[in-house]
Amino acid sequence: MKAPRLELHMRVNGRAVALEIEPRELLIDVLRNRLGLTGTKKSCDVEVCGACTVLVDGKTVSSCTYLAFECEGRDVQTIEGLADGETLHPIQQAFVDHQGLQCGFCTPGMIMATKALLDENPDPSVPEIKAYMRGNICRCTGYHAIVTSIQHAARETARS
Amino acid sequence: MHGIGEGVPRKDAWEKVTGQAEYVSDLALPGMLSARIVRSPYAHAWIRGIKTDAARSVAGVVAVVTADDLVGIDPFYGAAFKDQPILAMGRVRYEGEPVVAVVASDEWAAEAGAQAVEVDYEPLPAVLSLDAALAPGAVLVHEEQLRPAGHFHDLSDLAGRQGNIVHDFHFRRGQEPDAIFARPGVTVFEDTVTYPMVHHAALEPYACLADWQGGELTVHTSTQTPFTVRQELAEIFSLALSRVRVVVPYVGGAFGGKCYTKIEPLAVALSRHCGAPVQLCLSSAEAFRTARKPSARVRVRTGVRSDGTIVARHVEVHYVLGAYADVGPRVTQKAGYVALGPYRVPNARIDAYGVYTNTVPAVAFRGYGVPQLVLGYELQTERMADALGLDPQELRRRNLLRPGERYSPDDAPVDANLKQDLEQAAGADWAAVLDEPHTGRGIAISLKSTGAPFVSHAVVRLRADGSATLLASTVEIGQGARTVLPQIVSTALDIPVDQVRMLEPDTAVTPYDQATSSSRSTTLSGLACQRAANDVKEQLREIAGRAWGIDPTQVTVAAGGLAHGERTMTYAEAVRAKFGMNGGEIVGKGSYVGEVGDMPLKGITPFWETGAASVAVRVDPETGEVTVLKARSVADVGKAIHPDLVRGQDEGGLVMGFGHALYEEMAYADGQLVNGNLIDYRVPGFGDVPDSLETVIVENQDGPGPMGAKGVGEGSTTVAAAAIAAAVYRATGVVLGDLPLTPEKIWRAMLGVKARETLREAVQEEVGRIGS
Repeated sequence: MKAPRLELHMRVNGRAVALEIEPRELLIDVLRNRLGLTGTKKSCDVEVCGACTVLVDGKTVSSCTYLAFECEGRDVQTIEGLADGETLHPIQQAFVDHQGLQCGFCTPGMIMATKALLDENPDPSVPEIKAYMRGNICRCTGYHAIVTSIQHAARETARS
Repeated sequence: MHGIGEGVPRKDAWEKVTGQAEYVSDLALPGMLSARIVRSPYAHAWIRGIKTDAARSVAGVVAVVTADDLVGIDPFYGAAFKDQPILAMGRVRYEGEPVVAVVASDEWAAEAGAQAVEVDYEPLPAVLSLDAALAPGAVLVHEEQLRPAGHFHDLSDLAGRQGNIVHDFHFRRGQEPDAIFARPGVTVFEDTVTYPMVHHAALEPYACLADWQGGELTVHTSTQTPFTVRQELAEIFSLALSRVRVVVPYVGGAFGGKCYTKIEPLAVALSRHCGAPVQLCLSSAEAFRTARKPSARVRVRTGVRSDGTIVARHVEVHYVLGAYADVGPRVTQKAGYVALGPYRVPNARIDAYGVYTNTVPAVAFRGYGVPQLVLGYELQTERMADALGLDPQELRRRNLLRPGERYSPDDAPVDANLKQDLEQAAGADWAAVLDEPHTGRGIAISLKSTGAPFVSHAVVRLRADGSATLLASTVEIGQGARTVLPQIVSTALDIPVDQVRMLEPDTAVTPYDQATSSSRSTTLSGLACQRAANDVKEQLREIAGRAWGIDPTQVTVAAGGLAHGERTMTYAEAVRAKFGMNGGEIVGKGSYVGEVGDMPLKGITPFWETGAASVAVRVDPETGEVTVLKARSVADVGKAIHPDLVRGQDEGGLVMGFGHALYEEMAYADGQLVNGNLIDYRVPGFGDVPDSLETVIVENQDGPGPMGAKGVGEGSTTVAAAAIAAAVYRATGVVLGDLPLTPEKIWRAMLGVKARETLREAVQEEVGRIGS
């Protein structure tokens, strides 16, 4: 039996994408396996660690549990679309400058969640940062340096 | 320029913040197949039969592999004993053990195939707890004669199994503690603590991409030990070491869980069976069923004089190692050796045991068995101080080993100022947080041997333009090795750090390095890198000396060039002078080889790693819930080559220990792991970390590494849980050493205390009434 197929049209990092997919395909699989965007990481499979976080129409989504066809006609942003060529986005630069990463596996999701946070709330307090970022786990840093990175990112984003 | 003591941007940061950094699961080879594993649902069972026909007929399935298919190889592996089969052979020993592997064109087909496999089991009684494993007549997890793997010099006298005890280690000093305990004027304290099974939960689960091509093997894998993996693969598949190439891209967190061979033999066996590259990426839930930390029961008995001087100590520790030994025997003896703590103990006895049970195999974990012990002896320190009416810090100071004093006679003297570490941990303003009700502060201090002989080699290739390539096999697991080791080389050559590039470990290219473990890399691999750079400098001096007709020792090296009086020569000019063209390169070699000797661990520890931390908590009197209010940890690193990275290691290790203290525990019911996923198994999150989290860096240049450095990364983990347990004791008055300190446990214990207090008050009232 041949699996049913359906057409998917979405924008990924500003580029129009048209694909034929199976209804069961997850967004993370389409991004990683079909589009070669491996910056989005697969970890917990159950929507709690945030490593697979991408933005769909500007809102955070765990791509590990999000069916790809739900992106029909929508706008998907991944870590690969954040920098402007060789110039890092202020959030990326803040994570570099303030040691907001170690092994790097949670980093793409962390940065995308930060992007959504700062789009929503450009000047978050520390409790607001900690509350918003609850869906992202880092096993390396102990979070302190990530909170600092986000605070600096907010300042830089406000300035630019 | 080199950023020593200041820090330079991490060399891996750009790749990691842009999503360009590649991990094993991001790699792909032409014709690559995917694999899925069928795992045992039973803790212990005979395998009566396996039906694979239905799985083979699933579209896309290429092969269904069982132990019967592992022909022509030695299908066992293990860091200490070769006791672990690549796929279960006739018998499963824990829930989650790999039994069948399905290889298919993609992950979905492999998954569908795996679900179509039918395995017929005959369940057997299982041993799931330490007591069950040690009981007379207990079911034996292993009955076979164990084969020592021969990987470790310090495990050369592995005897093997007695019942379910797979390895034991004993240490004696002075007189029998029991004899001292009986003396007048000696008060004896006894505490037993338990440390649960916890999982590393690196965000990147285990992943391996194996490519077997007619006896030439290339393996891309997420490991801390590429050379041990190479060794084991060569032994299993009867290949020359030179035909096994292990390449390690970025590793997404390790924490000891990626030390030694894990899923690599299976991935290779599948690639060999199918004649195609096979990628095996485990899920997070499968990672829970691959490795964990040794759980432990620690019994500490200590005799003290009334002034707080420790006169004798007996520590008995049982590490529960699960179904296969992995490196557990080495954890047992290396941690067992330092069970006395950072204290002067004239009369001592240590009995350490590693025990098999039908649970997930226990492996190395940040701290290597020491956090379990620190919980025991430091919680006891607090209790002893109270009973003797002494300040706990005074009691510690009285007994701490001094710099230069020896933990044991043949080992290296202590290269840390423990009193200074303690003072730094205790320092700062605690009054503000401790003024609140239901709060308390706990302190813990530890000493860990880096122990046993170690080998690291490094090669520096100075290019024709004066830039350098560093070949060393330290794995970038997040600690920042690919930044710090180039810093060391750039300092030695006195060239900008951005002129030094370090490659990823590749056993076919980069030189031998024993392991990225034991907080050893900056110090020991760092020495090898520094020596390789110095070797380059010596060769450059000779070139200049010859060109200028002077003795090479008269040539000075500075600012990326060579000089003698008015004459100068850049490195690029020196390379050109040597080869007569704009090409060629100078290759420098450096090594670190540890000192072997007849001492408990068969090798002198290159340095001692210390941990010291102070933690304030509030315990909700109604619910027993613990909130960490403030933490201060001391990283005694000799010299912080990159202070931000030191802080990163120290903070991360501390918070990881908070998880062990407060929430983390792999829960078993009827032999099955019931919380083996990140929903049910809670690791620390953003909300669990206090706003005030501080690392104090102590730099006395007392380490053996470059610029006086010594290791960091495990110290804070060794003391975190003990400091929390001590803080809970201070906040509530209950001594609880049975981790994790869940609200329920604390609440129940507090009720017990209240009940006793009420009883005492009632008795006193009654006594008063009778008296009047």
